[in-house]
Amino acid sequence: MKIKPGKFSDYAAIGFPAGMLTVFFVIPFGIMIAMSFFQRVQGAFYEPAFVFENYARFLSTFFAGILGFSVGLAALVAVVSVLLAFPFTYILTRMARQTQVVWLVFLLSVLSLSEVLIGFGWSTLLSRTAGITNLLVSLGIMDKPMSLSPSFGAVMTGMVYQTFPYTVLVLYPALSRLDPSLVEAARTLGSGPARSFLNVVVPALRNSIVSTLIMVFVFALGCYLLPQLLGKPSHWTLSVLITDQAIYQSNMPFAAAMAVFLVLVSLSLVAISLLYGKKENAG
Amino acid sequence: MINRFVLRLFLAAMALFLSAPLVVVAGVSFNEKKSLSFPPEGFSLDWYAQIFTEDSWRQALFNSLGVAIGASSLSVIIAFPLAWFLWRFHAPWARIVQVLGLAPFILPPVITALGFLSFWTTAGAYGQPWTVVISHGIFFVTLPLVTLTLGFEAVDDSLVEAAATMGADDRTILRTIILPLILPYIISGMAFAFVLSLNEYIVAYMAVGFTVETLPIKIFNSLRYGYTPTMASVTVLFVAVAIVVFGLIARFGDLPRLLGAWRHDEDS
Repeated sequence: MKIKPGKFSDYAAIGFPAGMLTVFFVIPFGIMIAMSFFQRVQGAFYEPAFVFENYARFLSTFFAGILGFSVGLAALVAVVSVLLAFPFTYILTRMARQTQVVWLVFLLSVLSLSEVLIGFGWSTLLSRTAGITNLLVSLGIMDKPMSLSPSFGAVMTGMVYQTFPYTVLVLYPALSRLDPSLVEAARTLGSGPARSFLNVVVPALRNSIVSTLIMVFVFALGCYLLPQLLGKPSHWTLSVLITDQAIYQSNMPFAAAMAVFLVLVSLSLVAISLLYGKKENAG
Repeated sequence: MINRFVLRLFLAAMALFLSAPLVVVAGVSFNEKKSLSFPPEGFSLDWYAQIFTEDSWRQALFNSLGVAIGASSLSVIIAFPLAWFLWRFHAPWARIVQVLGLAPFILPPVITALGFLSFWTTAGAYGQPWTVVISHGIFFVTLPLVTLTLGFEAVDDSLVEAAATMGADDRTILRTIILPLILPYIISGMAFAFVLSLNEYIVAYMAVGFTVETLPIKIFNSLRYGYTPTMASVTVLFVAVAIVVFGLIARFGDLPRLLGAWRHDEDS
């Protein structure tokens, strides 16, 4: 039974979190936006100004190339992850509860892994000395071990590795709440398991799939280290470039402008995915 | 029969995909010499000992633990009153604060990190060790906020009403009824934030990258100069910590429910 807040102490309860989030999240955000209009000073860092030259740099072909690559890569990663994770999560939610818990613990552990560690793990697995090619050599499939990283395939593999557990956990609520009688009805009517999955489960969760695709896309767009650790400089994404400009090139205004741009892209996509999610809950 | 076999094969393939890099890293960490080879040549636990015996690794470990403990406590301290307020009061404007609490987790981490970098440099505190604790505390506030919101939803209204009828005020109800019921959700939210803070790289790097070395920062910095097996042993240690923490949450709590599943007999 909720009531309207009245006393001072009621407001004090929300005052602290609201204050902390304002000071340490909203204000930093505002400063970052302001900084995106600042002017870079050669030799020093930057000085306050109101110029659009940081945004004007987006109009170059170099930037367009990075943006196109980042978006394409994130989209590809999202599609592969959802294609793998959707059937996986469906099977997972049909398992005994104990088995589900074991998988969930494992998935959470992988998901919490630092991007540094994922990058290190895959670069080891794809390396010449300790990598998977040694196994292929000993099986007689390959002549001599070779390094598979840095390459586009390595970046893709690392990013799918990172997004897969996330995708499963985003899909998990919707799939575990799916009414089992839907599938039972299809089975009773003579449909095989694979057919009832494709013809009943997938259409029933169409909106969840779309909103998950968008969520995973945004997640992959935020990936900041794997393209750097597993790829060549031509595989760098917007997130890598932001870090590079901010830390190594000391060009905060340009980094901030790119970050503002990334926020706008991400936020509009998240808004679309929320709209899709709402529709399904309503219908 | 064939279907079942295909299912098993698919699950096994995913399990292999998810564990392959971890298995190789674990193998590398047992190498006797300072080489990156798999299967390991010889067997030694020296690289695990080195995390604790070599000063720079031990320092990084302590830094990481300190940041994670401080940040996870802070995130709970921020999330608890917010979740309580949202549960107790009818105030639509409070949703704005809730969205602010969820935002850091939805936006690409680079953005939050860059926001902190601009904030701490402007505030003149760039590089101070405590700034990373606050940064992580804000960055991970989403996790306890989500678990606590679920926890408050699970509180049986009749218990609260009974206490109120008997004359208990908000404070007494909070202490004697809510807190014991919510405790598992506080602990799991804090545990999630703790594990993620241990692993977090970019926010920590942008806040204190040049003054404080946490383990992920140290591993990244050493990666640029080539491999040492200590990176592998630290990775194994991190995976082990995550499995133990999430395993404990699963053992003492309801992990599927925390992750958004509900049983079909519950909601109808």
